[in-house]
This record gives sequence, C-alpha cells and structure tokens, in this order.
Amino acid sequence: MDFINAIILLLNYTVIPALTYGSQLALGAIFVTLVYGILRFANFATGDMMSFGTMVAVLLTFYFQSLGISFGFLPTALLTIPPAILAMIFYMLFIDKFVFSYYRIKKSPPVQLAMVSVGVMFVTQAIIRIIIGPFDRRFFDGEKFILKAKEFKEMTGLNEGLAIKSTQAITIFVTVIVVSIMFWFLNRTKTGTSMRAYSDNEDLALLSGIDPKKVVLITWIIAGILATIGGVLYGLDKSYRPFVYFNNMLPIFAAAIVGGIGNPFGAFLGGYVIAFAEILVTYAYKKFFTYLLPEFMEPDSLMQLLSTDYKFAVSFSILVIVLLFRPSGIFKGKTL
Amino acid sequence: MMQHKNIIAAYSIMILLIIAVGILQSWTIALTILNYCLISAVMTIGANIQWGYAGLINFGIMGYTALGGLAAVLVNVPPVKEAWKAGGLGMVVSLILIISGVYIIRTVLRKFENSKKKNYIVAAIIIIGFVIIRYISGPAIENIEAVDPAKTGFLGGLGLPIIFSWIVGGLFAAGIAFIVGKIALGLRADYLAIATLLIAEIIVSIIKHEDWLARGVKNVIGLKRPVPYEVDLQGSTWFIDLVEKFHSKKLDLITSLSERQDVLNQLVIDASSVYVKLCLAGLFLTVVIILLILTQKALYSPWGRKMRAIRDNEVAANAMGKNVVKEHLLIFILGSAIVGIAGAMMVTNDGLFTPGSYRPMRYTFVIWVMVIVGGTGNNFGAILGGFVVWFLWVEAAPIALFFINFFTSHLEETNALKAHLIQSAAYFRFLLVGIGLLIIMRYRPKGIIPEKINIKKI
Repeated sequence: MDFINAIILLLNYTVIPALTYGSQLALGAIFVTLVYGILRFANFATGDMMSFGTMVAVLLTFYFQSLGISFGFLPTALLTIPPAILAMIFYMLFIDKFVFSYYRIKKSPPVQLAMVSVGVMFVTQAIIRIIIGPFDRRFFDGEKFILKAKEFKEMTGLNEGLAIKSTQAITIFVTVIVVSIMFWFLNRTKTGTSMRAYSDNEDLALLSGIDPKKVVLITWIIAGILATIGGVLYGLDKSYRPFVYFNNMLPIFAAAIVGGIGNPFGAFLGGYVIAFAEILVTYAYKKFFTYLLPEFMEPDSLMQLLSTDYKFAVSFSILVIVLLFRPSGIFKGKTL
Repeated sequence: MMQHKNIIAAYSIMILLIIAVGILQSWTIALTILNYCLISAVMTIGANIQWGYAGLINFGIMGYTALGGLAAVLVNVPPVKEAWKAGGLGMVVSLILIISGVYIIRTVLRKFENSKKKNYIVAAIIIIGFVIIRYISGPAIENIEAVDPAKTGFLGGLGLPIIFSWIVGGLFAAGIAFIVGKIALGLRADYLAIATLLIAEIIVSIIKHEDWLARGVKNVIGLKRPVPYEVDLQGSTWFIDLVEKFHSKKLDLITSLSERQDVLNQLVIDASSVYVKLCLAGLFLTVVIILLILTQKALYSPWGRKMRAIRDNEVAANAMGKNVVKEHLLIFILGSAIVGIAGAMMVTNDGLFTPGSYRPMRYTFVIWVMVIVGGTGNNFGAILGGFVVWFLWVEAAPIALFFINFFTSHLEETNALKAHLIQSAAYFRFLLVGIGLLIIMRYRPKGIIPEKINIKKI
C-alpha cells in the first residue's frame, strides 16, 4: 500500500505537471526548430510571437464571454484558437514579407537574421503591451478539475490523492493530436517531404523544382499553428502575462537545442527532457521516502536537490552539459 | 576626412539633444540621462570589442553586469562580523572544497585523456562534492541568513571605497568569462548567442537566490558614493557662496530679504543634486575616455589587425598560424571585463544593488541594439549608439505622449482609446527601439558610423 501511495504521490506532483509543462515547451520547441531548419535563423521573437497569438485568443475569449457564448464544461478559449491562429499566421506573414524575406533573398548570414528577429521581438512586445497591457490575465473558465484529489481518495481508499486539472488533460491531449498531425504531414505528404528536402539541402531542393516561396509559406503556417496552440495552452494552465512568455523563450530554446536543433522529433522530446529535469531536480522527496523507507530510516531534511528558485537554472545547466558532450543534441540535428 | 566630420556632427547633435532636455525638462533629468549614457557607452565598448573586433556574439552581457554590481557590494559594504562568526568558517571550507574539486577534475581529465571512464569519474566527483558541500554549507547559510535578516543576513564585504569595485568587477567578470568561454566558444555564432544568454541567466539566478552572498532579492541599499552627498553640500558655506555667485543677477532682482533667502535655498537644493551628478559624470567620462584610447590603440595595432583577419576569415587566419581559439578566448574575456566595470559603475551611480532588476531585455538586447545602431567595429560608433539608444529609451515615453496628445486632440478627455493610449505611453519605447533597429539593419547595416579600415596603397 505504501508503495502505491508513493507512486501516486510522484504522479500527482511530478509526472503530470511535467507532462503538461513539457507539452507546452515541446510545441514551442518544434516552432523554434522548424524556423531554424527551414528559414535558417534562431528566432529570438519566439516567446513574443506565442504571446501575440495568445493575446488574440484572450481578447476573443473576453469578447465571447461578454456575448454569453461558452463551450460547455470546456474552456471558451478553445473556441477562440482557430481565429487566433489565423491572426497569428497573418501577423507572421506580414513580418516575413516586410522584414525577413529581404534578408533571405539576399542570403544574409544567420547571425544577421537573428539580430533582425531581436528587432521583431521589440516591436511585437510593444504591440502586445500597447494593446493588452503588461498585466496578469486569467481567461480560464469551465470545469476546473477532471478528477479531484478527494474523489480519488474515496474511490481507491489510498492516503494520497491524485488530482487531474482539466487544463492538464486538455494540454496533453491537444499536444498529442497536433504533433501527430504535424509529423504525418512532414513525413507522409508531398509538401512535407519537400519541406524536409529544403531543410536538408537548399540548392538540391531548388534544382528538383521545389518552390521556395511555398515552403516558406507553409513553414510560417505550421509555425503559427504551433505558436498559438502552445501559447494558449500555457496561458490556460498558468495565466497570461506578456513578460512570462518572453522568459519562456529561454527553456524553449534549451529544449530545441537539447533535442538537436533542426530536428522536430528531437525538439518534441527535448521539451519533455527539460520539463522533467526541472521538476524532478527541484521536487522535495521527503514524503516519498517516508512512504518507502522503514520508520527508523526516515529522512529529516526535505530531500530536495535544489530549491525551486533554481528551476530555470536546471534546464540551462542541462543545455550546457549537452553542448559540452553532444553539441548536435541528443537526437542528431544540424551539425554545428 | 568625411568620417571625422560625420563623427563630430553626430556627437554635436547628441550633446545638443541632452542640453535641450536640460532646458525643456530639468538639468537633473538631463544629467541622469547623461550618466546612464556614459555607463551604456562603457557596455557598448565591451560588446563592440567582442562583436565588432572578433565577430563573437555575447548575449550574456546581463550576467557580467550583474557580476560587476555584485563586486560593488562585496567591496563597499562593511563586513558583518556576527555573520562571519555564525557561518564564515563553513563558507570558507566550502569554497576551498569547490576549488580543490575543480583541481581534482582537471588532473583527472589530464590523466585519463583518452579513456571512456573519464566522464564517469568526473560525474562521480561532482556528485560526491555536491553532497559534501551541501552538508557543510547548509547549516552555515542558515546561520548567516538568521543574523538580523531585516538589515543584513549576509556576509558583507570589505568596507573599501566603492571606486575599487570598478576594477574588482572587471576581474570578476573576466574570471567567469574565462569559464564560459572555455565551455561555449566552440559553438557556431547563433548557438553561442543562445548559450551565453542562458549561462548569464544561471549567473543572475545564483546572485538572486543566494541570500548569504548579497541578500538576493532583498536588495542591498545605502552603498557609499565616491562623491559628496547632497545633504553635506547644502550645509557647507563654500557651496552656498558658489551658488549665490552663480545666480547673483537673478538674486539681485529680489528685494525682500526673506524671499531672497527662500529662493536661494531652493537654488542650493537644485544645484546640489546637479553638482553630485556632474561629479559622477566626470568620473564616468574619465573611464570612457581611458577605455576609448586603449581600444582605439588596440584596434590599429598588429593585434587589432590580427583580430580583424580572424573575424573575416577564420580558416585563412588559422592557416597563417594565428591561434584562433586562444584569441577568441582572450577577446571574450576582455570584452566581458569591460562590461563588468560598467556593471560596478551602474551600482555606484544608483547607490543600490537590486538583483531582481537584471533582465535580458534591458541588459542584453538593448545593449546589442546600441552596438548595431551605433556602428559595429567602430568604437566612436558604439559609444554614439549607447548615447542615442539610451536617449530614445528614456525619452520615448514623453515623445510618445506628445504625439498621442497631438493626434487625439480632437477627441474628448474621457475617450476610451485616448485614455488607453496615454496609459500605455511607456511601452512606445519598445516600438521606437525595435523599429529603429529594423530600419538601421535594412538601410544602413553597418550602423550610423560604420567601421573604417585604412588600406595603405603602394
């Protein structure tokens, strides 16, 4: 019994939150990796682009709520994702047309494009803050829990409760669907194959008649979908605040590089690697060991490897270790 | 010749702008802007050495600035004796353990150079060392932080004049830059940017959360200035006489004696803050000029030519027998050290150390915009960039407010759009700086004052 209690404890406090957070990171990391692989630059505006999509969703949610439209027990924000994606794609294509395409056609070095993306980051942040302001906004509505800790305890008769928030279930479910469709698209359709070819060898792809404009267009469309969904899921789970989205860019970058940049599958797993590392290293294992060990061996301290203040630092340290020992990432990405 | 004229014109415009602020707003604001411009200029010199001379992207400027600030605290604050008694021994032992651990790892790496066991041995040493250090330092940290937590709760510093911290800050930053450079410098340009940014985040989060070191997010206030205090000035007769002489014409017009005294008091209060800021500006200007002379000399020396050769063609420079790795590391350390000096100067200027304020937006990206807008590879350009961008960054809100009022003047005061725009006037600084960067990158990719290389003709 104690063993099952310990497992449930871990599930409740580490595995489920890590899966949720990892899914949110994974969507962002695939976005980074696609832009890096096909458009060939590190996009420093990643976090703020996600923030832009989420902002549209938040505003629409408030509008829908004022109209009295709701989505039953699911959050209204899910209804607003499609229009938000459209707005996001429109914004990205607009930026691409007036900013990025010039440097792409000129074949500027990636560093210059990265610097340009810093400029885009500033502008996007300004637009977001001018439209919605820098404040914390909660836009979650609907049923809060799928499974409450108390219900679980009554159901099973265990000491430890297992609570599943509906945002956690939605996040994992939506991520699995979106990512599977995306991998199917990249691996099985002709357009997807041409995108991969373009990413592998641009000149060869152009020779075999692949239209670069189309590849770039589709890349931004997929990027828009991933960015918006990732952003909205994060906002639903925690809350929407522009500054936090900018900060999230850093673990997202870490996930993309750890997984092997330019490799979408690596980025997907990289998100979970980062999330699990952050949560497992900063979790206090005292209660867990109290269940498992006999009474005389019970630990006095919190059994915490690092305090939760160092959450971000953990993911960055993993990145440093990966860069030292396997610079191309866990799953081989583009060589450095 | 053209270039010299451009430089002089650009700097004259900048100085006129600051004087305009002094006349239109107030001299205190103008001098505050000037001081921050000078500090930014030091930072841009550091970033420009790395990016302009050697083509290294260092997005970790934030981390080195914070290290400089930390140095200011550790040099200036008097030591907290009770804290040293409570846990000083434990911390010293931990420090010795860390240093010896690093040495052991180095010897292991040398001995087992080609063995696969090496990684496991290093990992084992790190894990065992971590556990031992946690065991020793844990209680020590708790004891230190328990010493009068509202005021101290940290080990304190050396109690020396804060001006020494400018050198110490440079040394701190150089030391960390050596380690970071060893780890990250082999990476391709944009990876290097990301890696340095994330390592800087680690540095800042350590400074933020290790309260025994510099109180963490509880901030350290009341650092001693190297220049006189306003209150002392207001009480000293020579200063009052000086102000009286300076404003004698204005004061002579006032006939009533008590009224004259009131006006004089107000003038003295204003003048004291201006005087303090002028003193600081003098100190900062000295640093900027010294660094400018040194960097200019370096740029046109054989060493500078070597750096340009490495930047423009690494492979060819390597083939000519230049040690690219060593030179990259050296320039990474030099640039970071200069940024560290700027960090200490900033804390000196503010008189307080707030680790929570070190954010990548303000201390990495804005500095980079300065370098690119000003002119990469040209020190005069980089300094000008520091002035222009900081000026825009500060004055964007008033300018935006002016335009908002101008364009919405036909709307009523209660109009929702107008109220919303006025409320968000502060965020137009992001828009202004971002669009400025995009325009410069598109139409003048080498910056306002581009790099100029003299090629001698036969």
